[in-house]
Amino acid sequence: MTKPAAPTLDVRIWRGATDGAFQHFRVPARENQTVLDVVTEVQRHHDPTLSYRFACRVGVCGSCAMTVNGRPRWTCRTHVNKVAGDGTLTIEPLRHLPRIKDLACDMTPFFEKWQRAGGVFSPTVSRDDPVSSVTPDDPGRRAADAAIECINCAVCYSACDVVGWNDDYLGPAALNRAWSLYNDERHGDRAGVLRRVSEAGGCASCHTQGRCTDACPVELGPTRSIAGLKRASLLAFFGLDGH
Amino acid sequence: MERMLFVLQRVTAVLLAGMVVVHIAVILYASAGSLSVAEILGRTRGNVAFAAFYGLFVAAAAVHAPIGLRNVLHEWTPLPRVAVDIAMAAFAATLVWLGGAAVHAVFTA
Ligand code: SF4
Ligand code: SF4
Ligand code: FES
Repeated sequence: MTKPAAPTLDVRIWRGATDGAFQHFRVPARENQTVLDVVTEVQRHHDPTLSYRFACRVGVCGSCAMTVNGRPRWTCRTHVNKVAGDGTLTIEPLRHLPRIKDLACDMTPFFEKWQRAGGVFSPTVSRDDPVSSVTPDDPGRRAADAAIECINCAVCYSACDVVGWNDDYLGPAALNRAWSLYNDERHGDRAGVLRRVSEAGGCASCHTQGRCTDACPVELGPTRSIAGLKRASLLAFFGLDGH
Repeated sequence: MERMLFVLQRVTAVLLAGMVVVHIAVILYASAGSLSVAEILGRTRGNVAFAAFYGLFVAAAAVHAPIGLRNVLHEWTPLPRVAVDIAMAAFAATLVWLGGAAVHAVFTA
């Protein structure tokens, strides 16, 4: 009696840079398997030249994001049986970022936009001063906290169509970060943040359709953060405080 | 500049939302009452409130529409920004001219 064939997954993986092509692999389907496990399996057992990024494998570092069956996802926390019911997986690099090789893309534009949006914290006290006291229930603190857990994975950036249409657009992650800093009373340049996100390619370019919020694996709400920036930007225009 | 356009677009949106309702009410009034052209012009001729309302309507639309269209053109076409901005300034002027001519015509008819 022959044993029934072990179930396999039909995996298509992007190879090369922009002018690359898909390559097919067949890998064993396991009961408990993430998309990152599949990519690792291909690299270990089929083609050691496959390039991809990961670090923590537990949804903390934000480095493993890829496009899986058309949607940007963190691959280390995406179970195959959740996204590949029919046993097929198509894995590509994230959209809207230059492709370096295979599944690795160049994150430079993403982080440059963080800087452009004023995403760098500038302290108002030095290490010699007492630690600032933060009131957890303060509305500004709560707004900052709601946006602060971003892991810089660029999943939202890849999901956002406006990023693809408008090279200038800062994108949901940078604006979400800006909203967090704008509400952080310890930040030294909150007015500067608002000025930067009110320029061309800033919060006014967002269509408020929420694809970023839908895609964010940490369940943050960049759409809500951007709406907050728009409101603050409008109020500031009339000389009012948007905090 | 971008913030100014953003504010102008929002403010005119608020204005237009109310004005469109009034405009539709005016149309319903004119058509439900089966007013003739002469009767309509009789009401609009020399009517300062009418001219002021529609003058503002035209101005709001001439500001609002080009800003929105500018965004669409930036996002969906490869046209250079300067070209889009010049085209949109021309579009705004056209709206003011056409709308202004219409308001003027029924005011002085
Ligand atoms: S809500 Fe704004 S930032 Fe989010 S996906 Fe849509 S356009 Fe992009
Ligand atoms: S907001 Fe969410 S999706 Fe976007 S970079 Fe941060 S964690 Fe990733
Ligand atoms: S590997 Fe760190 S988040 Fe996926």
